[in-house]
Amino acid sequence: MNQANGIEKPDESAYLNCIRCGLCLAVCPTYREYLKETASPRGRVALARKNLEGEMELSSNLVEQMYGCFACMACNEVCPVGIHPADLALAMRQIQEQLHPASWKQTLFAGLIPHPGRMETATLPLRLYQISGLRRLVYTLKLNHLLPAQLRDLEAMLPHLPRRPLRPALPQVTNARGDTRSRVGFFLGCAQSLMFAEESSATVRVLARNGCEVITPKDVQCCGMPASGYGRLDLVRSQAQHNIAVFEQYNTDVIVTDCATCGSTLKEYGSILADDPIWAARAQDFSSKVRDVSEYLMEIPLEKPRGRVDLRVTYHDPCHLRRAQQVWEQPRSLLGLIQGLEFIELPEADWCCGSAGSQLITHYETSRRVMDRKLDNLANTGAEVIASGCPGCQMQLLSGIRRRGTPVRVVHPVTLLDEAYEAGDGKQID
Amino acid sequence: MESRLIDRFVDVVGKAGVLHTPEDLAVYSYDGTFAEGQPDLILLPETTEQVSQIVRLAGEARLPIVPRGMGSGLAAGSIPMPGGGIVICLTRMNHILEIDTQNATVSVEAGVVTADLQREVEKHGLFYPPDPSSIRHSTIGGNIACNAGGPRCLKYGVTGDYVLGLTVVLADGQILTTGGKPIKDVTGYDLNGLFTGSEGTLGLITGALLRLIAKPIYASTALAEYNSLEDASCTVNAILSAGILPATLELMDQTAITCIEEAMHLGLPTDVEALLLIETDGADQQTVDREIEVCVKICQVNGARSAKMAKNEAERNSLWKARRSISPSLARKAPNKLGEDITVPRSAIPEVVKRLRAISARYGLPIVIFGHAGDGNLHPNILFDKREPEQWAKVEQMVGEIFATSLALGGTLSGEHGVGVLKRPYLENALGPVSIGVQKQIKNALDPMNILNPGKIFPI
Repeated sequence: MNQANGIEKPDESAYLNCIRCGLCLAVCPTYREYLKETASPRGRVALARKNLEGEMELSSNLVEQMYGCFACMACNEVCPVGIHPADLALAMRQIQEQLHPASWKQTLFAGLIPHPGRMETATLPLRLYQISGLRRLVYTLKLNHLLPAQLRDLEAMLPHLPRRPLRPALPQVTNARGDTRSRVGFFLGCAQSLMFAEESSATVRVLARNGCEVITPKDVQCCGMPASGYGRLDLVRSQAQHNIAVFEQYNTDVIVTDCATCGSTLKEYGSILADDPIWAARAQDFSSKVRDVSEYLMEIPLEKPRGRVDLRVTYHDPCHLRRAQQVWEQPRSLLGLIQGLEFIELPEADWCCGSAGSQLITHYETSRRVMDRKLDNLANTGAEVIASGCPGCQMQLLSGIRRRGTPVRVVHPVTLLDEAYEAGDGKQID
Repeated sequence: MESRLIDRFVDVVGKAGVLHTPEDLAVYSYDGTFAEGQPDLILLPETTEQVSQIVRLAGEARLPIVPRGMGSGLAAGSIPMPGGGIVICLTRMNHILEIDTQNATVSVEAGVVTADLQREVEKHGLFYPPDPSSIRHSTIGGNIACNAGGPRCLKYGVTGDYVLGLTVVLADGQILTTGGKPIKDVTGYDLNGLFTGSEGTLGLITGALLRLIAKPIYASTALAEYNSLEDASCTVNAILSAGILPATLELMDQTAITCIEEAMHLGLPTDVEALLLIETDGADQQTVDREIEVCVKICQVNGARSAKMAKNEAERNSLWKARRSISPSLARKAPNKLGEDITVPRSAIPEVVKRLRAISARYGLPIVIFGHAGDGNLHPNILFDKREPEQWAKVEQMVGEIFATSLALGGTLSGEHGVGVLKRPYLENALGPVSIGVQKQIKNALDPMNILNPGKIFPI
């Protein structure tokens, strides 16, 4: 990043050596759906370069191309020159926000999302919709079929919601079962708390069972990914600083999260704050402690689950885990520990599912087309369960699976491990 | 462009198939080279019939037509010339229409990605051998229009050797179909041969019928390390003279190796002057293994510091991934590269390598040498920074000398990239006035208004 007229811009190294070979076109989910250069990483790099070198203005269409990127990072990985087109698209969104800040982003990403309490209130109607039985009624009467396709798919994204969010319910300290071997800070992500509370409860149980004293600070803010995706790097920085300060109070050995997206952002705090003399070292220290739950479980001595889970299971690699964190073997290894579980590798397991945070809302058509590719691959496995450690991916998969009416369960891999433990405990009682 | 004309194109391909925002025009102004030229409009047809109607409309309006696939070309052949024109991008014509296992043929639309085509026919035990490095990001239509090659061409031949028939939209909009499923066909001129490699200047290839062969079941790969680039290039002839025809015989020099290592960390030795990558394949494991063992011995006799076979499939795949990444990974060394693909009689490989190094030393700009040494096709890549006028001037002179060297040794300008825009100035020397005259007459007969990819191939 460099500063020009008070605006932070990427260095020329972010685009200069792009030789336009086109290798990134082969792996880009949006290019492969539309087969047009404007929707490709190479195209986005070319447009970014033209703007940064003053040949093209930052038109709304140019910015829209940057928002067309699903940030799956497949291009970052494949680029032989070492350019990161997905990062450049994000940087361009940041420039746009610095030049023309959108007030709704201030409201949403500064006023609402970082504040867990406000998020819990804001999502209350969704919980009521389900708890009151209204949702069941809608499905029984097939009222959801009256909705426009996009709203119907968004409705279908909702998992079976917890009666109340996990954040207020989860104890701040969960003691280890047996000897305490490590002190683990648990970063409870917003989506996990609001949508997948049972999964994160399972995560904490599995950690505690394996000798972890689990500390769950309640005053964390959003990891910052949503603000980052919408170009508000300033908010990401302040959220990062807040979260670093929170965890510093507890002096934990590691910081674990069961959300792929949170994990990828938390691990980036070190580089996000690298130029800040006050925060650089603290952020570096924080990020070095962050682990995805599957990554951490494979680092520690793990109790072998004795119960059986007789299911045919496949696994979808969240982009934020596979590419942002290079974590892909560990979740598969965890599933491999479970007796009775038949693992089937998903073809193109690391191809984006089309969620990309909010693309089902903002880029419905593309998101659905990308999701269809995933669903076709899923259907070919014949699996009854698809595991994936990312709430965004899980919601996207839920939406697609409900639309197609295929009875496939969507779950966090660690939840299956928890079920195997519980089944084993059941056996003991018999 | 006049909105009335745009509306007529919209009538043909629909709104989603017509692109003309400034952003669209910008991203369709380049290919895999540094060259640029902006079109006035981009059309994404989905059928041959649509292409035919577009060509008719363009003809009426005397608009230049630039055909294009995924834009991975290395000769600026799909870049609009000054004066613009319309880009017809065929990526949405991407259906595999028929795989005929009895006749071993496949019928495809032009926009099918070559790697996808290979994967599909391999499901039926069949094999489409041509394997340009851009295999995952280039289309079969572009491969045919440029007669693409690749490492395996040493044993299996080039794209054109697999073309049995073509669907071509002519300059007046007529739809021509050539050839057919018979393997032998001498009824009339060989129009397949005429359109293959014509770079969109004679007609728009919208579909193809391709010959397939049985998929070789076994392959063995060996890597030989050399302290001397010359020893490596001499080995190439030693192997081919020993009666063995490997599937591939690839050479890479030290700069190429270093670039790959920096990009991919595969553990290749960066302290050697050259590597040879050799692969034998076939239907019989014993023969394949025996041949690769003989190759390894020949490498050792010819000065290889070490020569080893790949231990397993993973190791083999990573070697090939490395080879395919050379060209793009060179950009880590400099903002620009100019990659040529001169081809010489293979006996001249050691001499051409020597002379290329001399050119590099004389001008003080690096020339990276790698390529399909087995068939005499080398990729000398000049690394430079186009923003430095002094360097650019040198590059232009160096290219001239590289081509002169190739021609002096009985070689050609291009083995697989084509002429496009970049090699036009050198064509006269390579072909002579009689050949150019004949080719211009052909062009004039098929495209009298000169609307099909004008400005390409022929010297101005």
